[in-house]
Amino acid sequence: MNFLNNQRVKLDKNSSLELSRRQFLRATSVGGGLLIGTGFVSVALPVNAEASSDAPVFNAFLKITPDSKVIVAIKHMDMGQGVSTGLTTLVAEELGARWDQVEIEFAPADATRYNNLFWGAAQGTGGSSSIANSWQQLRSAGAAAREMLQAAAAAEWKVPQAEINISNGVISHGKRTSEFGALAAKAAALATPQKPVLKDPKDFQLIGKNIPRKDSAAKTNGTAVYTQEIQLPGMLTALVAYPPQVFGKVKKLDATKAKASPGVVAVVEIPRGVAVVAENFWAANKARKLLAIDWDLSACETRSSDELFAACHELASKDSHVLESKGDAPAALKNAGNIISAKYEIPYLAHATIEPLNCVVKVDKDKCELWFASQMPTIDQQEVGKVAGVKPEQVKINSLYAGGSFGRRACANDYVVDAAQIAKQLPGRAVKMVWTREDDLLNARYRPMAVHHISGAVADGKAIAWQHHAVAQSIMRGTPFEGFIKGPVDGSIVEGVNEMHYAIPNLQVQGTEIPIKVSTLWWRSVGHSGNAFVIETFIDQLAKAAKKDPVALRRELLASEPRALGVLNLAVEKADWKKTLPAGVTRGIAVHKSFGTWVAQVAEVRVNADKTFKVERVVCAVDCGVAVNPDVIRAQMEGGIGMGLSAALGEAITLKKGVVEQTNYHQYQLMRISSMPKVDVHIVPSAEVPSGVGEPGLPPIAGAVANALFAATGKPITKLPLGDKV
Amino acid sequence: MISLTINGKAHQLDIDPDTPLLWVLRDELHMTGTKLGCGMSLCGACTVHMNGAPVRSCSLPLSAVANANIQTIEGANSAEFNAVQQAWRELDVVQCGYCQSGQIMSATALLQTNKKPTDEQIDAAMAGNLCRCATYHRIRGAIHQAADNLGRKA
Repeated sequence: MNFLNNQRVKLDKNSSLELSRRQFLRATSVGGGLLIGTGFVSVALPVNAEASSDAPVFNAFLKITPDSKVIVAIKHMDMGQGVSTGLTTLVAEELGARWDQVEIEFAPADATRYNNLFWGAAQGTGGSSSIANSWQQLRSAGAAAREMLQAAAAAEWKVPQAEINISNGVISHGKRTSEFGALAAKAAALATPQKPVLKDPKDFQLIGKNIPRKDSAAKTNGTAVYTQEIQLPGMLTALVAYPPQVFGKVKKLDATKAKASPGVVAVVEIPRGVAVVAENFWAANKARKLLAIDWDLSACETRSSDELFAACHELASKDSHVLESKGDAPAALKNAGNIISAKYEIPYLAHATIEPLNCVVKVDKDKCELWFASQMPTIDQQEVGKVAGVKPEQVKINSLYAGGSFGRRACANDYVVDAAQIAKQLPGRAVKMVWTREDDLLNARYRPMAVHHISGAVADGKAIAWQHHAVAQSIMRGTPFEGFIKGPVDGSIVEGVNEMHYAIPNLQVQGTEIPIKVSTLWWRSVGHSGNAFVIETFIDQLAKAAKKDPVALRRELLASEPRALGVLNLAVEKADWKKTLPAGVTRGIAVHKSFGTWVAQVAEVRVNADKTFKVERVVCAVDCGVAVNPDVIRAQMEGGIGMGLSAALGEAITLKKGVVEQTNYHQYQLMRISSMPKVDVHIVPSAEVPSGVGEPGLPPIAGAVANALFAATGKPITKLPLGDKV
Repeated sequence: MISLTINGKAHQLDIDPDTPLLWVLRDELHMTGTKLGCGMSLCGACTVHMNGAPVRSCSLPLSAVANANIQTIEGANSAEFNAVQQAWRELDVVQCGYCQSGQIMSATALLQTNKKPTDEQIDAAMAGNLCRCATYHRIRGAIHQAADNLGRKA
């Protein structure tokens, strides 16, 4: 998500949080009060609650048990991107811990200690910001504890603190040694150093190394705890009958048969539907089918996808808000001889996490407790607090592993609110609201569909002009995030276009919002997910018009972007760009920056005689600053490529008279293993501050593949998904 | 009353015979390693072994598994399973992890019938298991590695 500094977020009518540079700096400094003395509340996690009891607390992020287990609080949601490994690495590195003595515990919802430093006073995960915002904070947390252990050892052994060494989980002075646990209680009682000294990067033992993930064991023996796994005494399961279209309402309900169905405890209406609450999933599922509901669909969308695309094209053909202007693109185009134009169409996409969304809520007098994977705990606390009639701080969230998210769980007024609406009607009972796959796709919040019109010009072998108009639905308009919109148009519509990294001398970017009555949301890499495809395929069209190799033109246009050139050149070298490929195989390249991280990808695609094609290999180069864990970075590039390819090949949510046509995976087809190419990832060595890797691997792939197909057929590709034939 | 064996233990179950095996495991027996993904045998997150073969437990009513021998990730303990699990850890295959119980059960079944699968055979055997994090590249690698490790021990 594009939560940037210096922006204002309006979380609800009553509170607005000012995110200022000053606040950001204050929060990132160690003396800012984030680390000092505030122990973290033990999370009632079934997996490790006992292990962490009575452990001396060093700061909000770190405690050490008497038997020398180092427990790190993970303030971000782990949706598979590897934060429980990466964040832990930062603390363990500076502490001097052994990797196998370190354990994780998800932090509770508490923005006073666990806010995202890039988002001001809000706790949350997104925008590939987890490592980036925690880089100084968590290293400082580890370094402070290291100095406290050194001080405790110095006092115990009556030697100068400066002579105490801590490394690989051992505190030592000469031949004298101690494990952490023996000194933890004394050390934790000391004052927290205000300015702990961080390690010189040349001394890193864990950062930059391929150390194993912390979640592999639990996720390979069935014991990792996701929301579905929560079992509480007396817990009930709820399934909701939702209207066939979002924004529908109940007109008439007859629940007689459902209530009489075995195992049903209650049928309750909530603002977005009707919930059947039963003793278990299957009883609720059977009874839900017995509900007789007339829906009021008067507020719902009525158009089909082709009509919506036509409406977007209509808007794109007219002048609109100019969001960026450099030189004079309209004049340059008027005078140019060689003009290339393209009209792009990009579909709605669903996150389609394999874990359908779900949430466990228990509402009591003056408190409310939730168990789920919360991507934005601060917003969830506010919204659930309003529903349950308690203060946000009385909403306790037990954070669990997320079975995927890709942005889906960072949403206001959604499934969490529905679960709370049900639970408040059954006070004192824990209720697990479960979505089926059909519920999940129907109530998905889609990556917006979009239309782009571009005209470009080349002269003397150079790209001289680019006029771009993007039309899409706003993600934030009309939501609690509306305060993030700067200027007349939601920035995600032109994300990546309006910070065009290619040095086109005459550039104009226009953007227009189109209101559509469909719920949208940030989908892994947000606007970049489609916009990079548009930019990169158009660059190849310009290259062809300029009679230039696509790499040569990119090098020319990126001459003043050293990090862009770095990934471009590395990918080109590792892919042997100039080497002749076997007959039937072509290459395509794409380069894109998102969330501060540069990625270049070369796709090798085989086109068969029957026009089917297969992506055989992808070579990827990434520059994300310091590589905290190279293997996790590689995994995120592989995953970003795979998910981006899945979308590029076959994903589209379509509407027929306003109704979403895809109900399950037979209609919303995710890529399967047989379409996954071989992937080679190369990391540019860097000493820059780390940026994220969760999203940036995704944007380039669709363009790289489309460019390979363009090279094969000479036909420009301007529409996604690509389908299975050229 | 329906009888079946799960992970070597005999069970007598007096519940709605329509209940899919997935929900028998999860809601009745609290064995939650097997996951709900689609409810239509499209994603493979619910894969368990029935009489040694991989099946989708979300679409198998209890009445259809009477007297069957069921194995779930909680009880899997064959040489192939252990090799697959170990390779999954060595390669750090998992990301969100939600689909991985099903992936591991499918991979185990593959190695039980094919000691040295090719990429194409892996792709065919694993085609029923979706991974939204797209860990497919490592899944392929881990199955090869598990096969290699088993080959060395044999």
